[in-house]
Amino acid sequence: MTKTFSPALDERFRAAAAAEGLLDVAYDILPDTPIGALLVGVSNHGLCRLSFDPEPERELEELARLFGSRVLRASRPLDRVRLELDEYFAGRRHHFDVETDVRTQPAYNRRVLAELSRVEYGHTTTYGALAAQTGNPRAARAVGTVMNRNPVPIVLPCHRVVGANGSLTGYGGGLDRKEHLLRLDGAILSAVAKPAVSRPIWVVLRREAGGKAAGLFG
Amino acid sequence: MTTAVPPFETFYETHRAEVLRFLGRRVGRQQAEDAFQETFLRALRAYPRLEHGEYLRAWVLTIASRIVLDDVRKRRPQGELPELPVEDELAAFEQLAPLTDGLPPNQRAAVVLRYGYDLGYDEIGDALGSTEAAARQAASAGVRRLRKEQQ
Repeated sequence: MTKTFSPALDERFRAAAAAEGLLDVAYDILPDTPIGALLVGVSNHGLCRLSFDPEPERELEELARLFGSRVLRASRPLDRVRLELDEYFAGRRHHFDVETDVRTQPAYNRRVLAELSRVEYGHTTTYGALAAQTGNPRAARAVGTVMNRNPVPIVLPCHRVVGANGSLTGYGGGLDRKEHLLRLDGAILSAVAKPAVSRPIWVVLRREAGGKAAGLFG
Repeated sequence: MTTAVPPFETFYETHRAEVLRFLGRRVGRQQAEDAFQETFLRALRAYPRLEHGEYLRAWVLTIASRIVLDDVRKRRPQGELPELPVEDELAAFEQLAPLTDGLPPNQRAAVVLRYGYDLGYDEIGDALGSTEAAARQAASAGVRRLRKEQQ
């Protein structure tokens, strides 16, 4: 059915639907970024979804439930996000300018995500530090949960949050991606061989003073 | 339990090929493309007001039929037909919905499309995925049943 359907007619409808402002969420799949396929969704308020290894069917249900049933693949509304991501992956962009839409998140999550958005390129912070900045120093675990549910990873840089001992700890998109992104940011200066013993300590370096004053962070 | 309204993408992917064929049979290929876009734009405008995900196929084919009819009206010389007000896509269904609530799905859809949307039995047959004769039968069975219930 899909094969015989005119692509030109299909694209024309999708573009018209977006141009008339009739969509709750426009989304598209970027099939081959350096960290694999990404599903990107944009609402009227900004970037509302970025997911790794997307399973479109489940994603669409979720987007419809959160933002409204008019969820449609349309590429034009995503032009800006796509460009900024391209630049970021090419190392030419250190800061995202697109607005993010985290309206549907609970208040606490929004507060933590707002704090997270201030963690700059090349820097890292810890779960505990973010917890302290948002009112409860002992809520590191809760901060971890917020990171895990971050609707727009990369742009809200939860990959820059690591354990107090410098270990990468965890990542919604898998630790390989976290490492890749931190390396891209320049926060990991060189590959450190994974220790054979059970306490993997990743040397996470702060990129202060031009990256020279490297030290264990945590 | 009623079916939830699916994300528009799913609805569109499911019905677009059939809507295009349906329009192609009625207005020819060239015009069908414009009518196709208009059909799904109208569906998109009305979509947030849908209360459940049932009969979506009949619903979108009904919108397509109305666009064909509007198109025919526009083509006639001025004055021959009175200008009809633009009607809300959901209004007819909403008015008939409470009355036809107790009918079996097929009869209900046939009654609504016939008396709410003024479709011909051939179109209703298309919309319901059956035949003209079956559509006629379903509509009249539905009406008989409604009459009986009112007595």
